[in-house]
Amino acid sequence: MKAKKAALPYLVWMLLFTVVPLGLVAYFAFTDDTGRFTWNNILRIGEFIPTLWESIKLGGIATVFCILLGYPMAYIVSRSKAHVQQTMVMILMLPMWMNFLLRTYAWMTLLEDTGLINSLLQLLGLPAAHMINTPGAVVLGMVYNFLPFMILPIYSVMVKIDVRVVEAAQDLGANALQVFRRVILPLSIPGICSGVTMVFVPAVSTFVISKMLGGSLNMLIGDVIEMMFVGSSLNFNLGAALSLVLMILILICMAVMNHFDDDADASGGILL
Amino acid sequence: MKVFSKVYTALIFTFLYAPILILIIFSFNQSKTRGLWTGFTLKWYGELFRDKDIMNALSVTLIVAVVASVVAVIIGTLAAVGVFSMKKRTRSLIMAVNQIPMVNPEIVTGISLMLLFVLIYNSTGMFETGMGTLLIAHITFCIPYVLLSVLPKLRQMNYSIYEAALDLGCNPVKAFFKVILPEIVPGIMTGFLMAFTLSLDDFVISLFTGGSAQTLSVLIYSMTKKRVSPTINALSTLLFVSVLILLILANLGQIRSMKRADQKARAEKGQGEMKR
Amino acid sequence: MGNDCLIELKNIDVSFDGEQILHDLNLTIRDGEFVTLLGPSGCGKTTTLRLIGGFLQPDRGDVLFAGKRVNEIPPHKRQVNTIFQKYALFPHLNVFENVAFGMRIKKKPKAEIQKKTEEMLELVNLKGFGKRSVNSLSGGQQQRVAIARALANEPRVLLLDEPLGALDLKLRKDMQVELKKIQQQLGITFIFVTHDQEEALSMSDTVVVMDKGIIQQIGSPEDIYNEPKNAFVADFIGESNIVDGVMRQDRLVEISGVQYPCVDSGFAKDEPVDVVVRPEDIDVVTAGTGFLTGVVTGITFKGVHYEMIVDVDGFKWMIQSTDMEPVGKTIGLHIEPDAFHIMKRSEYSGKFGDYSTFSDEMDEDQQPDEVIN
Repeated sequence: MKAKKAALPYLVWMLLFTVVPLGLVAYFAFTDDTGRFTWNNILRIGEFIPTLWESIKLGGIATVFCILLGYPMAYIVSRSKAHVQQTMVMILMLPMWMNFLLRTYAWMTLLEDTGLINSLLQLLGLPAAHMINTPGAVVLGMVYNFLPFMILPIYSVMVKIDVRVVEAAQDLGANALQVFRRVILPLSIPGICSGVTMVFVPAVSTFVISKMLGGSLNMLIGDVIEMMFVGSSLNFNLGAALSLVLMILILICMAVMNHFDDDADASGGILL
Repeated sequence: MKVFSKVYTALIFTFLYAPILILIIFSFNQSKTRGLWTGFTLKWYGELFRDKDIMNALSVTLIVAVVASVVAVIIGTLAAVGVFSMKKRTRSLIMAVNQIPMVNPEIVTGISLMLLFVLIYNSTGMFETGMGTLLIAHITFCIPYVLLSVLPKLRQMNYSIYEAALDLGCNPVKAFFKVILPEIVPGIMTGFLMAFTLSLDDFVISLFTGGSAQTLSVLIYSMTKKRVSPTINALSTLLFVSVLILLILANLGQIRSMKRADQKARAEKGQGEMKR
Repeated sequence: MGNDCLIELKNIDVSFDGEQILHDLNLTIRDGEFVTLLGPSGCGKTTTLRLIGGFLQPDRGDVLFAGKRVNEIPPHKRQVNTIFQKYALFPHLNVFENVAFGMRIKKKPKAEIQKKTEEMLELVNLKGFGKRSVNSLSGGQQQRVAIARALANEPRVLLLDEPLGALDLKLRKDMQVELKKIQQQLGITFIFVTHDQEEALSMSDTVVVMDKGIIQQIGSPEDIYNEPKNAFVADFIGESNIVDGVMRQDRLVEISGVQYPCVDSGFAKDEPVDVVVRPEDIDVVTAGTGFLTGVVTGITFKGVHYEMIVDVDGFKWMIQSTDMEPVGKTIGLHIEPDAFHIMKRSEYSGKFGDYSTFSDEMDEDQQPDEVIN
């Protein structure tokens, strides 16, 4: 078939700019700055385990919050009338069009010691709270930025659940709670899985949110990598090694997620 | 339950929009200090158009977004047609590679491309990071999304229509343009919009691969390290409002067409009953 | 109304978006009966079923179950179960868990669930399929799972919403027999919705013919076929020639100026009526010796008989006969007095029963395609 040739530019492009660069990351991770093979970069990763752990912890917490906040929202949207759904989805997506650096910056305005929230507290005669430059602020920033990425995939799975399946459950004696627990929840797991992927990966690897809302005390792995490539402590080799570790960690997390997803998929696949 | 839904929805929407509202309000603030309201002004909107850095970054952002999404759509659509006609095993291998830029943390994609560009520059003197490398990087992360939005349309398509076109005397290329392309246009449009949005919104990959070419995001990032000028607030307000208007128009059109489809279905149903 | 009346619908009105679906509907269903709601798509039969299932509440009127008003009772508290169009099996559960669903909801003991589920699977000939994923089953097997799932809940009434619509003809016939058998075996009430008149006639104790949200006729399959109440019923159930007539007196009907003896009575003198003659009740005789004389204009071989279109002074009659008469031949038609069936005039008069535009393609068109909708 001649049609196959149409994919040629794509294949070349992907090879040059996706596969080769990833190979380079591995190459840099295992060489020193003169290009000789070394284990040093890998061995130095130990120094960064606390940072790595902090990243996974904060990213994980943010993901859990996104599920807790996003799932009911997705459910509410999916139960609305068709044209209301349309509008609600638009409202949920619109913030993503505002530059995310600016949105995060706006939270600085809100959370600062002399910021809007503290001014408001003062006005009410309440004691000021220190919020900016704390891990909590970083998690808040993550939840704020990535919440729509949790809501939308869950919503899109939920709307595809056949109404008749829900009616069948009612018909067989399930009350509202049982319908939810035994039918809607299991059928929406694929949506939760893709939501988790879409939130967890950028949350773990972020460096903007942590820098803006976490200050210098709450550095995450992303900040460290950024500094080694464009920042103050240039070290491509060590940076590459860290990126490699980050990538592998995320791949492992994804594989675990996909495993869950597959289980659900074996039976839930027909809905998708 | 109804009340709970409404309150909850309102809370979530407030959470999502409060910061945006604050940005917009402070674009009209006299004082440069954030969080301190000193009076209404439009001066930042005037300054916006006189700020060379911002105007420059805006043009870089727009040019890159347009060029990258057009190139990505062409390569991605061709790829979809090619991949569609491949054997299942080759296809799943390619789709796995296609996932890499989508799943990989942006920072890893960014530094991997940066390593490539730096390495080539150091050994050949070509590919200095700038507009060119920025474009390559953007095209790279846009293509997979185009492929993924076009491929399902090809699958949904009734393959017989292509064969029918051949049967009626088209050569394969002509059949593609006459029959297949019209079928997959919605997928191509989705892919284009996604690519355009992603490119417009990108920050991480641009930071590592842009070099001297600064996109708006990168400029804002360098500003947040010091103090963000309210001109940026003004700019984002303008961007936000224009997107809002576009989306409302698109949404209204869609709702109207949904209603029309509804009416049509009802009319047909009515006719069906008349026949009996 | 006997004491064994189980379900009653009283003066029911239902409308969606300003469109009235059911008009002042009254229906009584006895315990243990096999009732079929029959009608074209959009006639309100599924809506009626959903009222009984509890998925819908009437705008006006009452739904009574065993004498008690159940309008506001939600589906999960009703003693009825439904077999849905396209089955609505739970895709995330295997066959066993699908069937066990209702019992798990009721928190029945494990051993009982195990026993009952296996019993049900055996009843629908799916023994040993418990561990299979429902998506791996064929349409017919999915159908059986849906039946087992509903019956495992031991409902007093089983509602079946076009359950055989998605199956091919052969499987459809087998399932018809099987469903009837299951119903007789369990002795519970079945309310069956279909647009297929043959299915309705062969399975039911009582057929309810509906159109435009109104019940046109209720009766046994024989009654419905032999004594249709109006032109709609006559046309929807089987083939019918329907001609205008005038009742001159009891047992004497006049068609196109000629008077014929018939067996119907009880009409006013000179009342205009619709006269139905089934195609198989018309005998072909030599030209001039029958009541009518006409020319054969079309003939189709149908297997057991020939179907002929005969032009009698511009009105086209359909005749089924085992003998073939060639196109163009002039023949006589004889109709026995008991083959005339006289109906009161209705809004349907004049709309059906003339075969002048008849063709085989149209015959197929008459099956409303509800499965696709």
